[in-house]
Amino acid sequence: MANFSTNEIKAGLKVRVDGDPCVILENEYVKPGKGQAFNRIRIRNLKTQRVIERTYKSGDVLEGADVVDMQLQYLYNDGSLWYFMDQETFEQHAADEAAVGDTIKWVKEQDICNVTLYNGIPLIISPPNQVVLRVMETDPGLRGDTTSGGSKPATLETGAVVRVPLFVGINDLIKVDTRTAEYISRVKE
Amino acid sequence: MADWRPSASLSALRRRAEVLARIRRFFEYRGVMEVDTPVLSVATATDLHVASFSTCDQGTTPYLPLYLHTSPEFPMKRLLAAGTGPIYQICKVFRSGERGRWHNPEFTLLEWYRPGFDHHALMDEMDTLLAEILDCSPAVRLSYAEIFLQNAGADPHQASAAELRERAVLLGIGEVPHRDSLDRDGWLDLLLTHRIAPTLGQDGRPTFVYDYPASQAALAQIRPGPPAVAERFEVYLGGVELANGFHELRDSQEQRQRFEADRTHRSQLGLPRVPLDERLLDALDYGLPGCAGVALGIDRLLMAIIGATTIDEVMAFPLDRA
Repeated sequence: MANFSTNEIKAGLKVRVDGDPCVILENEYVKPGKGQAFNRIRIRNLKTQRVIERTYKSGDVLEGADVVDMQLQYLYNDGSLWYFMDQETFEQHAADEAAVGDTIKWVKEQDICNVTLYNGIPLIISPPNQVVLRVMETDPGLRGDTTSGGSKPATLETGAVVRVPLFVGINDLIKVDTRTAEYISRVKE
Repeated sequence: MADWRPSASLSALRRRAEVLARIRRFFEYRGVMEVDTPVLSVATATDLHVASFSTCDQGTTPYLPLYLHTSPEFPMKRLLAAGTGPIYQICKVFRSGERGRWHNPEFTLLEWYRPGFDHHALMDEMDTLLAEILDCSPAVRLSYAEIFLQNAGADPHQASAAELRERAVLLGIGEVPHRDSLDRDGWLDLLLTHRIAPTLGQDGRPTFVYDYPASQAALAQIRPGPPAVAERFEVYLGGVELANGFHELRDSQEQRQRFEADRTHRSQLGLPRVPLDERLLDALDYGLPGCAGVALGIDRLLMAIIGATTIDEVMAFPLDRA
């Protein structure tokens, strides 16, 4: 993997820090007129998602990290691993529980996800920002009540639970924002 | 792509023109002569932390190696030795590899020299200039030792590299890889840039920091101690360094020794070898009048005036558009 000098490092670049894959958020060059130059770098650890700040001597070298984002299709879960497929090469990638985390609850079979691969192994699974899922279980819908502000829990086909307006019924298709877990709208079939 | 357009607004460029005109009026009124010295030179700065651009003149055989100046200091001192009296210059200077929010490899300096002044007298004049241009209160003056004791709890003239490193760790800036590659001055620079400078020159009032460690004298006179200090000062505003000045070293022997020490250090660090400016040393031999000089970054001054967050907002075409 390529190495990068502190003055080549830009936001978005993936590097290894303390053995973990990280993405650069910001790189600030600080230098006293007559003195040593430093680069103050803010990075997000892609494993823990923690943001840290590091100071390097200008000209120091950071090791690049083999991190790529791919659009992969979710196939199935065999009880311990989740399988994703590259639709062009049909190559399959198995993700563990740490990689799928909580976000897999938005994904149903055949859906396309952004999969971040680190050294070829899925590191993070990101579902689309909005998904359309069927309501499997909720209190009976109050037909015609599209104005009152109340809400109730609904269990979706993937097992995720979201709060929906009272008029939403079983078997309805709804659109959900996966980043906030919020109901957006009902969708016609 | 709109890269052909200036990165600064037209109103920022107009402010720039106004500030340059005011500076010229300030010095004309005070009888300081404007001078114009070469950008290209056969010699250059030996400072470890200043990298020169190099080029060559292809009209000679063999080609003549030349450097773009990193400041107009050497030829201006030759003019002083030749008897010009007080002089100033506004010019572009070049420092390789310096790019960031506060840096562009090509930037504009105002540099001026005052025969008969020491660094305190020159700070007085700097204060007057800044008050006139920025409409700010008189500067706070603090010694380098005071800012370190107040903000980092360390004596910059006595503390060892290990002690300074310990302070950096305690202050939460210890996560510097290759810790052992910073020397004592490197740790001082780290504390200064990360924890001390951000506190200086706040509330629209500049801070002048004076009497630097003798190891950071550059071209300043050293006043014997203890502790021996370099008669050097810097100007900070809003946490950012605007200017660097010296009560100038006049002893040609000592100047040669400092150049040679820099060159030895450069070769140990694998940095490019640079020639000494023998003409400057000859001028010092002939006799530089006792004087103080200072260089002020015009771009950063403009950033303070218009409240810019990046240097690109005050220059027409920074490196990415040059």
